[in-house]
Amino acid sequence: MEAIRKDIVQEQLNSFKNKRVYIHLETTNGAYASHFGNQGVNVGAYIRNAQITFTEAVIKGDVGYRVGLKTELGWLYAEGLTDWELYNQNQLLLAGHDADGRLMVALQISETPFQ
Amino acid sequence: MESQKHVVIVYPHPDDESFGAAGSIYQFRKQGIPVTYLCGTLGEMGRNMGTPPFANRETLPKIREKELQEACEFLDIDYRLLGYRDKTIEFENKEKVATHVKTILEEIKPTLVITHYPEHGVHPDHNALGEATIEAVRLMDPDDRPTIWASAITKDFEKVLGEPDVIIPVKDQFDFKLEAILKHKSQAEGMLKKMQNMPDEMKVYIDGLKERLGKERFFIWNFESN
Repeated sequence: MEAIRKDIVQEQLNSFKNKRVYIHLETTNGAYASHFGNQGVNVGAYIRNAQITFTEAVIKGDVGYRVGLKTELGWLYAEGLTDWELYNQNQLLLAGHDADGRLMVALQISETPFQ
Repeated sequence: MESQKHVVIVYPHPDDESFGAAGSIYQFRKQGIPVTYLCGTLGEMGRNMGTPPFANRETLPKIREKELQEACEFLDIDYRLLGYRDKTIEFENKEKVATHVKTILEEIKPTLVITHYPEHGVHPDHNALGEATIEAVRLMDPDDRPTIWASAITKDFEKVLGEPDVIIPVKDQFDFKLEAILKHKSQAEGMLKKMQNMPDEMKVYIDGLKERLGKERFFIWNFESN
């Protein structure tokens, strides 16, 4: 993955507008956060291959970027994104990594289901 | 330990076998006892992507499978994948997972099964697969049941469960164990960096690691009292 460039990612997001797409969205502080890190409780949310259609898609912010997708009936957003990659030519992968390279958040969009 | 004919390890993630049992595996293999690792998932939810990133959410499982293959070659053991997804085993139907594991155990016919101690595995996959594996053995004819060694890794396990029944010192094989762990490069990269970047602190770090990983301790599962 590479550091996010807003203009390129915005272009990529636009290409998925008004299409039925598959979404991967997750955030986590790690399965061992409370065991090793004394971070209280483990926190995470995960959804893989949910199908949505969005009409608006915008990337905002700097350093940790935010991406919001507006759907017919609601919203989806991710915060803290740092890196991006176009994977398998048609899957947009966005992720936020901390200073040690650990994934904190991921938002992925694809026209075909994720494996 | 000497009387075993075949040992099966059932843990959920590539690297659990090296962190949890590399020293024991070394001793089994030295005696020519076959060891098979049933690996529950491909650790798809691993968080270490590296700096700069060497993996993403989609490539990580492939990378970890290759690391598993290399670790198992190094440990001189076979492995099979159970095909579950990281962080989801506890949400699967427990009886189905137990039946799945039982089918494989009936085929391999191990005399010893190593798995996590339910509720003392820290990671929900550890607990869930430990539970399902113990259930798999419970479902077998009592005469055919292998012995179960259950590993507990919660901070307070000794307070709750008492002294482990089996203690395998791995001091002499510590380098071997460390090398097995380092085969899982995606998981051990942080550890590697510490060792390379901070030679002064390295000794302290290695000593801490030796303390934490220097013994492999197991409880022999008792179906009567559990």
